[in-house]
Amino acid sequence: MDAKHSPAARIRNWFEERFGKGALDWLTHKQVPRHRHTLWYYLGGMTLFLFIVEVVTGILLLLYYRPSPGEAFESVQFIMTKVRFGWLVRGIHAWAANLLIFTAMLHMFSAFFLKAYRKPRELTWVTGCILLLLFLGFGFSGYLLPWNTLAFFATKVGTQMMAAVPVIGTWLLTFLRGGEDVTGSTLTRFFGFHVAIFPALTTVVVATHLFLVQKFGMSVPPSVERAHPDGKVPSYSFIPDFLLRDLMGWYFALGVLAALAALFPWDLGVKADPFAATPAGIRPDWYFLFLFQTLKVIPGRVLGIEGEQFGLLVFGLAGALWLMVPFLDRNPHGRTGQLLAWAGVGAVLYIVAMSVWAWRG
Amino acid sequence: MSSDVDAGGPPKAARRRVLELLVGSGVAASLVSVLYPIFKFLLPPRTGELDADAVAARADELAPNSAKIFRFGNRPGILIRQADGSYRAFSAVCTHLNCTVQYRTGEHDVWCACHNGVYDLQGRNVSGPPPRPLEEFQVHVRGQEIVVSRGSRA
Repeated sequence: MDAKHSPAARIRNWFEERFGKGALDWLTHKQVPRHRHTLWYYLGGMTLFLFIVEVVTGILLLLYYRPSPGEAFESVQFIMTKVRFGWLVRGIHAWAANLLIFTAMLHMFSAFFLKAYRKPRELTWVTGCILLLLFLGFGFSGYLLPWNTLAFFATKVGTQMMAAVPVIGTWLLTFLRGGEDVTGSTLTRFFGFHVAIFPALTTVVVATHLFLVQKFGMSVPPSVERAHPDGKVPSYSFIPDFLLRDLMGWYFALGVLAALAALFPWDLGVKADPFAATPAGIRPDWYFLFLFQTLKVIPGRVLGIEGEQFGLLVFGLAGALWLMVPFLDRNPHGRTGQLLAWAGVGAVLYIVAMSVWAWRG
Repeated sequence: MSSDVDAGGPPKAARRRVLELLVGSGVAASLVSVLYPIFKFLLPPRTGELDADAVAARADELAPNSAKIFRFGNRPGILIRQADGSYRAFSAVCTHLNCTVQYRTGEHDVWCACHNGVYDLQGRNVSGPPPRPLEEFQVHVRGQEIVVSRGSRA
């Protein structure tokens, strides 16, 4: 077929007649650098795919889920046992959620260590951090929705930590719980966060994040920049070369998700009883374990303030510092840059060590 | 991709067509395997219509020439006590567009307020848009209870 009359060319013409010459160039101009770190570029796309899976399966679950303490557990039970493929949909929703947080974290740390946040990509980093926070919020709020014992008490503990926040602690606690205790009001609120507020915010931030990635293209790591002093790093086009590879990864991920959901069904547990004693072994999802463990082992009083408050203060400062990394690290080869890289290594080691400790302890 | 050398065997174009067919049918099969569970999921499972008998009223509840709506499974039924004291029970769901019908004491008939459909006391659609008669239930007086059951099961 004559290239001028191929379907792609005709679509391009259709748009250019209406939106001006080069209206679709942004689609085809993007190049992805090719080097030994290229593999890390796939993590963002993988996270996006898992997010799409969450949206689709989440909408499906909404058809049968009922957000009230009298019905929540039963409706999830109904989904798992009566609705055709309900076990699969819920299993994929739960597994993809966990994998999503994992890939988002890997994506963040790879961007950190490859220093992808450098000028002009500061806001890409900031929006990415906000997205991770949103995903953690999704995880925390979604955990409660089946209204089982584990989730009920984990939510009690998790929200109680907020009380240690200075000044606004009590207000924050009441706001999150919809009252003084974890009750049906909490469930309704968490449901609202999980299916309305967080999705709305995430849509906007994801769109911004993707726009920025599209605008600035992929960052080339400093080591690769140094290896190509002429600035000519080999590359291939985003569409179709990189996208097709992305799709292959997504296809594989879908298979993994289905296999995980089939071979390791997600437990429903026992219906929450607010007036029963907390059973042993209550713990949050794995991605909160390092926080959980830190607050568990911190002494009652540190430097004259309450241990919990001290812990939250340190985590708050560390989080703020993490968010500001692109503004602190202006010269990747300077001392600050190296110091930050080592701090990052320390953070990773700390998170892994604390999580393992909590997991075993 | 661009450096395919055509060293004997079938011509390149034919080989490409076979590959395209393989990839295409693989993608199509994958799509079906994703969409099939979704479509199955969308249709709610049958919750097993509650065919059990329903207690429609107490024996002393209805005066002659009156009626009440009662719960029969997931749907409303209507229990009518005729002027002669005998009972009749029907599905209260209008056969036209699913509104709930009511008994008219003045006209001694069953009337649907939505589109002015009228049934007689045998449940037959006598005027207005309803296309079919109301489904009739069997009525048993068991001690102090008026029990209604579906005809075929009684």
